[in-house]
Amino acid sequence: MKLRDLTELAGRNLREAILRNSLTTLGIAVGVASLVAMLSLGVGLQEMASSRLAKSGLFDAVFVTSRANMRAFGGPRRDDDDIPKGPPRPLDEEARQELAKLPNVTEVYPEVRFQTEIQFDGKPYATTAAGIPLSAQADGAFDGMKGSFFTGPNANEAILQLELAKDLSKEPDSLIGKDIVLRYAERQTIPAEPAAVGKGTKPGGADSGFDGDGLSAGFSMISREVKLHIIGIVETEPAAGFGGMGRGRLLIPLETAQNLRVAQPTDMRAMLRSVNGKPAYESLTVRVKGPSSVKSVEDAIKAMGFGAFSIIDATKNIQLFFKVFDSLLGIFGSLALTVASLGIINTLAMAILERRREIGVLKALGAADRDVQRLFFAEAGAMGLVGGIAGVFLGWLIGKTLTFGLNVYLARQQLPAIDLSSVTWWMVILAIAISVLVSLAAGIYPASRAARLDPVEALRYE
Amino acid sequence: MRAVDDVSISVREGEFVALLGSSGSGKSTLLNLLAGLDRPTSGAIYVHEKNLADMDSEELAHHRSHTVGMVFQAFNLLPRMTLEENVELPLRLAEVDRAERPARVREAVERVKLSARLTHRPTELSGGEQQRASLARALVNRPTILLADEPTGNLDSATGDSIMRLLQEINRALQMTIVMVTHDRPRAEKFAQRIIMMGDGKLISDGVAS
Repeated sequence: MKLRDLTELAGRNLREAILRNSLTTLGIAVGVASLVAMLSLGVGLQEMASSRLAKSGLFDAVFVTSRANMRAFGGPRRDDDDIPKGPPRPLDEEARQELAKLPNVTEVYPEVRFQTEIQFDGKPYATTAAGIPLSAQADGAFDGMKGSFFTGPNANEAILQLELAKDLSKEPDSLIGKDIVLRYAERQTIPAEPAAVGKGTKPGGADSGFDGDGLSAGFSMISREVKLHIIGIVETEPAAGFGGMGRGRLLIPLETAQNLRVAQPTDMRAMLRSVNGKPAYESLTVRVKGPSSVKSVEDAIKAMGFGAFSIIDATKNIQLFFKVFDSLLGIFGSLALTVASLGIINTLAMAILERRREIGVLKALGAADRDVQRLFFAEAGAMGLVGGIAGVFLGWLIGKTLTFGLNVYLARQQLPAIDLSSVTWWMVILAIAISVLVSLAAGIYPASRAARLDPVEALRYE
Repeated sequence: MRAVDDVSISVREGEFVALLGSSGSGKSTLLNLLAGLDRPTSGAIYVHEKNLADMDSEELAHHRSHTVGMVFQAFNLLPRMTLEENVELPLRLAEVDRAERPARVREAVERVKLSARLTHRPTELSGGEQQRASLARALVNRPTILLADEPTGNLDSATGDSIMRLLQEINRALQMTIVMVTHDRPRAEKFAQRIIMMGDGKLISDGVAS
């Protein structure tokens, strides 16, 4: 029998016992829906976690430090053969330029983060300020912020982290457009005496916010103030600086932060470690084109003799966790589909009993065993296909309903809305394919039983 | 127990043969063997020089689809299908081209004079009409042999006679070989050309109808 005739006959048979077949199909739909809902929750959670982590800016960055500064986070061990031998290479401007030329590197900038005091409405507040590169806006780290991003690299503007804004005012949004005063200690370099340099002494003006002022013999500190215009409020501060571990609550343009030449607690150590009197950075952040480039850039930096660290490796464990999590959800979701497959076996077995005489007639009219078998398979497959499509829709609806309910709760808790579930194209295709395959597998026994029926016996059946 | 034992008969092309006998005489089993619905445990059944006993299930299905047409006592029309769809069913199974089907169905239905009832379901037809529909279904694939199992068994006398006349007309007009199982001797003698008597699975007599 040709496929079209087979399909037409199968459709006719399914319509004949519409209530029973609809209930069986509904059973499959519920099974598929549970599978889709579970998987969509798993994928949704994974996407949410990945998106939040990606917005942290940690996954396309390599954090570089001089080997002298680091023993952890990629710093060399004594038996590390991959690291060039010899004295630690200084992380100076020359090194920064060299790092910027590495393939797939988009940007290299130093970490500028410092403890400071701000004054607002006549009151002092202690906080941590951090320099943010303008590129941070492009990676989505500031999506959803209130107000606007920095207008330029040297702007005297500030973005407040929400918690700091709440400390300053009960109505944080009202702070946008107002000014704050930043108080800090400026580091002033003391020029080196030529004779001292010539004798091989190692004076330093090293700082994490390199000021490019050449050879130096030391530094002094002067108290300064700068007025900053508040232009925005961000809920969570994107990662800044080494390893993204530290958090700044007052965010200013990186160049502005560097120009302030704020004295850092590490200045003393940096000065002592500077090589040939040249200033060196405490650490640098190297941004790469994407997470896939991190490993090669990290290796190249280590080969140059620096300590390098990225947390891309940590994500492998996260991915593994979600793979296991998704598999478990999939298994639980499949249980309902397994129960539904028993419904198909039951429905088709009943159909054989009811249509025994019809099977006999079909065989008497010339139907081969194969035709009868394919007819029952087609009916099982059709129930699986319709059940699969309906199940995907139902699963999507369950996911959306759960998301809606959760967001109502989150809104009451004054928390931002999230998308809990995610139904992807691969999930739709996979769910429908599984539904059809499970249905066909469930149809194997009834179909072969129908095909084996003795036509003479079947024709006698009342 | 053997349903058909040591029976050897030969039916010529275009012959109208009636198989007579009481219940359990083996006449229906013999018909099922000729149809390829049943297989002999021993012996041979030659149809157009091909031995049905040697055929596999696919070949037997092809034999039922293309060589023989069957008519049953209980009509065996599929109740959810219209008359037209019932008659079309063997064409689907024989994979006849869709474009050719309407003409074939019309031809078969016209032969049994049921053209006006094409869209009716079996439950909307009388017993005689149902048997004529069953006959149209048996003829639609243009078989060379028509096998009829008690075709008048469920019909009243007048309707039964009309069906027998129709069979006779088909036999004469199409030169179609007909083997009919019946226990109605007078009707067999009136319409068939040859009568084969069976009893307890054995051949009792074989002769020309009077």
